[in-house]
Amino acid sequence: MVEQMDLTMVNWARAQFAMTAMYHWVFVPLTLGLSFLIAFYESIYVKTGNEQWKRIAKFWMTLFGINFAIGVATGIILEFEFGTNWSNYSWMVGDIFGAPLAVEGIVAFFLEATFFAVMFFGWERVSKKFHLFSTWMVAVGSNLSALWILVANGWMQFPTGMIFNPDTARFEMQNFWAVLFSPVAISKFTHTTSSGFLYASLFVITISSWYLLKGKHVQMARKSILVAAVFGLLSSGYVVFTGDEAAYNDAHRQPMKLAAFEGLWEGQKGAGLVAAGIANPSKQLNDDKPPFLFEIRIPGMLSLMANRTPGSFVPGIKDLVYGNEAENIKGVEEKMRRGKLAVEQLALYKKAKREGATPTAESALARFDQNKAYLGFGYLQSPEEAVPPVSTVFYAFHIMVILGGFFLLLFLLFLVFALKNSLAQQKWLLFLGAISVFLGFMAGQCGWIVAEVGRQPWAIQNLLPVSVARSNLTAGAVQTTFFMFLTIFTILLVAEIGIMLRQIKIGPEGE
Amino acid sequence: MFGNLDLSVLQKLWWIIDSLVGSLFLFLTFVQGGQTLLWQLGKTPVEKSLMINSLGRKWELTFTTLVLFGGALLAAFPKFYATSFGGAYWVWILILFTFVIQAVSYEFRKKPGNLLGEKVYEVFLFINGSVGILLIGAAVGTFFTGSNFSLNEYNLVSWTNPLRGLEAAFSLFNLSLGLFLVFNARILGGMYLVNNIDFTGYADFEARTRKWVLINLLCALPFLLYVLISLVVMDGFGVDPATGVVSLVSGKYLSNLLAMPLVLILLLLGLILVIWGVISTAFTARRNGIWFGGVGTVLVGLVVFFIASFNHTAFYPSKAYLQSSLTIHNASSSHYTLTAMTYVALFVPLVLAYIAYVWRLMDTQKISAAEVTGKEADEMY
Repeated sequence: MVEQMDLTMVNWARAQFAMTAMYHWVFVPLTLGLSFLIAFYESIYVKTGNEQWKRIAKFWMTLFGINFAIGVATGIILEFEFGTNWSNYSWMVGDIFGAPLAVEGIVAFFLEATFFAVMFFGWERVSKKFHLFSTWMVAVGSNLSALWILVANGWMQFPTGMIFNPDTARFEMQNFWAVLFSPVAISKFTHTTSSGFLYASLFVITISSWYLLKGKHVQMARKSILVAAVFGLLSSGYVVFTGDEAAYNDAHRQPMKLAAFEGLWEGQKGAGLVAAGIANPSKQLNDDKPPFLFEIRIPGMLSLMANRTPGSFVPGIKDLVYGNEAENIKGVEEKMRRGKLAVEQLALYKKAKREGATPTAESALARFDQNKAYLGFGYLQSPEEAVPPVSTVFYAFHIMVILGGFFLLLFLLFLVFALKNSLAQQKWLLFLGAISVFLGFMAGQCGWIVAEVGRQPWAIQNLLPVSVARSNLTAGAVQTTFFMFLTIFTILLVAEIGIMLRQIKIGPEGE
Repeated sequence: MFGNLDLSVLQKLWWIIDSLVGSLFLFLTFVQGGQTLLWQLGKTPVEKSLMINSLGRKWELTFTTLVLFGGALLAAFPKFYATSFGGAYWVWILILFTFVIQAVSYEFRKKPGNLLGEKVYEVFLFINGSVGILLIGAAVGTFFTGSNFSLNEYNLVSWTNPLRGLEAAFSLFNLSLGLFLVFNARILGGMYLVNNIDFTGYADFEARTRKWVLINLLCALPFLLYVLISLVVMDGFGVDPATGVVSLVSGKYLSNLLAMPLVLILLLLGLILVIWGVISTAFTARRNGIWFGGVGTVLVGLVVFFIASFNHTAFYPSKAYLQSSLTIHNASSSHYTLTAMTYVALFVPLVLAYIAYVWRLMDTQKISAAEVTGKEADEMY
């Protein structure tokens, strides 16, 4: 397998997946959050009978529909890219990874798809209550979809509930519940969906702020903001809470990711958290240059975040690559040695089995079992390969965290002024609100960069590097489809923005 | 409960479930078929609008069924998923591309500021309904004609034809199956529109729609006959149950049909139902042809999947290296995964029930010209 690696193809396949996922994440968080906001607006309408809330719900529904379609379009490509560009991955982990995707289709997608038509076209065809029920079902279905795909993603970050079968040369599921309730899967789901709620709340605030700045649709904008600010405030609080949980999980399951996003090259006891900083661009793994040109550090905070104990040891990138005997950390070199043993013994086992040499097969299998936890390391070319791009992940993480704090404050201010009924007078706040969705978009993309770039070089943490997970394709083929999808997604994005802007300009009916 | 079932039983069960999802998808391609009829049937903006809005309320169901089909194949038969998608690269990429452009077309087509204009989105819908379905047919055709791949001992796929799956479209059998599916989708599309639209004041439109259901059947028949005759006479990819060795067996698919009389009955019943659906739509005033055509399509779809796989047959054969061929037994997930997913599949009847309920609720009142041109017109597709 290793001899056939074509890293250029791998890079194009990664670029294609990243591009599709990033486009997908422009639209999907809006679907996740806006579906609930619409359900809130419509619930108020049904409860109060006030037609204005219905018009508000319908206005946001129009924007939801425009956004929804393109989210679906990018989603189907993501699902099938696992097969087209990552077929080795699909085979090696399909037994585990496929199950959440199938469950997603059965229990979530149809809920969304079926009730979507009622939500949009059922106003005059079904009762008011059934329509409201349908709107809620779309929200629940959308978020259930997210649950299953994030369970699958969580499993890639922290593979659990499975065993490697040497006969089939793949990982097989042993415990469905361990996969579903893995702590990483749970925090991935809660953190990601709540960030979608936050993003959608910012979307509503952005458009409503613009209306207020222009003095248009004032009543509708105020009411929309009031609900979005409450939802956004609760969501952003929850995002902070689940983000902390995600960092704790990283510290224990993906320590390299944590070290990278904190720019922590040397492990420390009582490690400080970098609140802001400029990473040293010339810093290399094997030099002693300072990691930052400038930094503001909160003493002991990283240890507290990673281990819930301020004075505890947090391993740095060097500890993880070269090992740290004092802290009982095995280095990548040692893991690679054992991984290569696992790869060799697996090949020997298969050969002996084919030839009917049972004793050889048994001893090879025994040696494979001793080393199989490091299987993925056997495919790495050098210990340094185990280090993700530190600066990229560091900046992405810090931008995300700083923006997260800003959003919390922003929602609080919007809520306070909305309750005081003096929003229209706070031009500075409305201006901030009007640009906030772009910041939300940036925070969401940064979050995924931390999660996915931060776990490189792994497709499945410690078990399957991306270089082995790929399909046997030429770089040219993947390059062609990369540009094909880039072109169509960009055209559709421009079209979507054009349509959205026009609809926003038109505004809600009868307002 | 399901954990006690033998692995081979679970494999068959999941093949049946996947086949059912695939066959339901074929029924739901009435959406795609309807999209290709847009210019033929919709002679005025109102007629077009009626068609688009009627189909537009169902496109997501078809799309979701396709996604579920992919997900269920990955979960239950990951070796097929990895081999076919990673190997027959271009055919799948093109199919997906046609579904990407479909997904936005309903929503974007009439919206002001849509960048490309109404016509382009209509062309997108046509491409999805024609090229997309044709290529799906060609891909399914390879279940019988074979593909060009080999698997190494780690089950990693190498494709031996530089066209990477597109070569499937150059086989007369695959092409005929693809064209049959395109025309069948158009038949179903026409029957669905007859069922779903209130034609009051649009008698010509109704007559045209009914007439084209018949014309499409006549167009489909030569391809259907070619596929059926080929299936009867062609060599198939048999598997020796004792050794697992794959070999070419003369008249394999005919012998599969004869060995599984129930499947033969399903085929005959399916074809009769489709033909009856067409006759009742074209020659009577009935509107329920879609249900006969739909059920018939599902039955014929099941037959296609069953004769390709059951009775010791390799469902995804390799022409290049016969022993790399995939069977439902060597391509499946583990016993544990199939068991876990079988419990999840218990939700399927519930899902079908609420889809049926909502469908009925929404379609009791047919789509009328008044609806698509009335005060809510700007909320329509």
